[in-house]
Amino acid sequence: MDITFRNARLIDPEAGEERAGDLFIAKGVISDAAADGAIEIDCRGKCLAPGIVDLGVKVSEPGERHKESFRSAGRAAARGGVTTMVTRPDTTPAIDTPEVLEFVSRRAQADAGVRVAHMAALTKGREGREMVEIGFLMDAGAVAFTDCDAVVDDTRILSRALTYAKGLGALVVGHVQEPGLSRGAAATGGKFASLKGLPAVSAMAERMGLDRDISLIEMTGARYHVDQITSARALPALERAKRNGLDITAGVGIHHLTLNEFDLGDFKTFFKLKPPLRSEDDRLAAVEAVASGLIDVICSMHTPQDEESKRLPFEEAASGAVGLETLLPAAMRLVHAGPLDLPTLWRALSLNPARRLGLSGGRLSPDAPADLVLFDPDAPFVLDRSTLASKSKNTPFDGARMEGRVLGTWVGGTRVFPEPDPAVPGDHP
Amino acid sequence: MAFRQNHLLGIEPLAPDEITTILDLAETYVDLNRGPEKHAQALKGLTQINMFFENSTRTQASFEIAGLRLGADVMNMAMQASSIKKGETLIDTALTLNAMHPDLLVVRHPHSGAVNLLAEKVNAAVLNAGDGRHEHPTQALLDALTIRRAKGRLHRLTVAICGDIAHSRVARSNIWLLGKMESRIRLVGPPTLIPSGAADWGVEVHHDMAQGLAGADVVMMLRLQRERMDGGFIPSEREYYHRYGLDAAKLGHAAPDAIVMHPGPMNRGVEIDGTIADDINRSVIQEQVEMGVAVRMAAMDLLARHRREMAA
Repeated sequence: MDITFRNARLIDPEAGEERAGDLFIAKGVISDAAADGAIEIDCRGKCLAPGIVDLGVKVSEPGERHKESFRSAGRAAARGGVTTMVTRPDTTPAIDTPEVLEFVSRRAQADAGVRVAHMAALTKGREGREMVEIGFLMDAGAVAFTDCDAVVDDTRILSRALTYAKGLGALVVGHVQEPGLSRGAAATGGKFASLKGLPAVSAMAERMGLDRDISLIEMTGARYHVDQITSARALPALERAKRNGLDITAGVGIHHLTLNEFDLGDFKTFFKLKPPLRSEDDRLAAVEAVASGLIDVICSMHTPQDEESKRLPFEEAASGAVGLETLLPAAMRLVHAGPLDLPTLWRALSLNPARRLGLSGGRLSPDAPADLVLFDPDAPFVLDRSTLASKSKNTPFDGARMEGRVLGTWVGGTRVFPEPDPAVPGDHP
Repeated sequence: MAFRQNHLLGIEPLAPDEITTILDLAETYVDLNRGPEKHAQALKGLTQINMFFENSTRTQASFEIAGLRLGADVMNMAMQASSIKKGETLIDTALTLNAMHPDLLVVRHPHSGAVNLLAEKVNAAVLNAGDGRHEHPTQALLDALTIRRAKGRLHRLTVAICGDIAHSRVARSNIWLLGKMESRIRLVGPPTLIPSGAADWGVEVHHDMAQGLAGADVVMMLRLQRERMDGGFIPSEREYYHRYGLDAAKLGHAAPDAIVMHPGPMNRGVEIDGTIADDINRSVIQEQVEMGVAVRMAAMDLLARHRREMAA
């Protein structure tokens, strides 16, 4: 389907600007001129931006399909303006062989509806002992390698894996957390956690994990991405590493940019995340780092958990929150509050993650895939978690007032949201 | 009557006048408990269930006696032996019990916040008998009653809380309570047993007993929780006793009429010298136990009255 979008407010992260204009798509890619017979969509001045590339989505296939499947995650993504889900391998079993990767690729292909790029585990079973078949997994389509929140605590094993990955040009994604200090922690150390009597970890554990990994990157020259930097004290180390020319980038989850430790309130387990929510100073520092470009990527860290895993005493409850559908409106808080403009935000939501993973999307330039999101940045609503498309409804934004609504999502020029209404003649993707 | 709570989950949500209301009513129960006829009817016809997910002898016995003296039907459930072992979740256990229409649920749980969670799911008034490291409100109330009887007031006292603050729910509840009643609080202990961020609680933090106890009106010792010493918080018990155990020399730094408290059970020779604990001129440890029954009677009575008012 060829489309011409008229009267759009175009958000172009590559040019670092927004402008009023038209956008043409032909044969599934962005084009510099309208195609013959293209249908026209009047955007009425609403924002048209590259679809979000969400780095670090957990789809619970295989193993926990009752929490999330490729179909439900794909629908949530489409509704949230996410056109590429970059999935995590922390499934059961872990995605650590080409065979498992081929299985989930087929499942994704059949059901997801949006693009899916897969990350694979760095070590077998994410156990931190033996590296996976990095080469075969790359051949099978793995875009990066990560043990997710299971830190490889044996430095020798990690250094070998990094060295091997370097030889193949593979990207390694790390979770920085000093494992000893953070053992058993459910909250960030400080006045709040102490008063609530929750086992806590100093935010310094994140910097210690980062310091170690930076040393190893310097030693091995590997390509490395930190999944989440959430604390102010880790940022100078990241800044130095970048200045010294190491091949390092960093991300941050949207919840750490919009919430802080006080949101835990009276032991609200939907706010239990990994790493735990930080102080307001940390949050502000992370937002500033996104604005300056020090932090490259904003992601949802979409982690579905069913009610049973969350309806437990705080220490026993599972960590993580769903975010595919709320990433965009939550991120709009940072625009409405002032610290980010839309092109800067989209640099972190689409352009940078696509570039880092070697994907062609994330841009509005001619020949880029027509992965697009049309949204109204100001449309207000109150989030009701029961309306989420995810099978799991564990969002910390239940009942929150939000602004920013997705009006339409296209993947390769095909509309994936709103889903075509069979009752309306001619309403097809 | 100033008491507006549906549950007693902690000291944090209480207003100072509510604390005073509990203590004033408890005074009347002290008199009742000392008399020959120890029965009252405040909880007559009500069912009280004690659910202890963590071992307890003293607190459970205290709640049980309090309920019996007020005429409640009291049932103890040993939760370690029950369906929790069969994999039932806390919420399911709560819902099961709820279906039996208890009026008062007394709950102790090893995890912070677990009692709050349970209170959301049941109709009964829930009393927190200790949750993880979070709160142990009736302990703080009985400590307050003991202090008020000994010192005549709760404001403008200097109270030194000594020992394992980090793992102590008793300390947290006492800090809330004494802060609300405008006393001056000092935390004394080795840095590994002082929680991070404690200096921001509006308390003084000391690592030296002589400084921490200087001029104190109340010296509150905490149990060194040996079962929680898995990470090596202190080098040895004998070094701990030498530096932080309460003996006559260290107590000499406190005010001459300072009282000594301990929530029990004591480790004699670890955090407190046996002769101090037994010194009837200084130690109010036995009185604390006595006050425990009275404040629990008062707390359950007030919760039951509030429920009747809400129902009416």
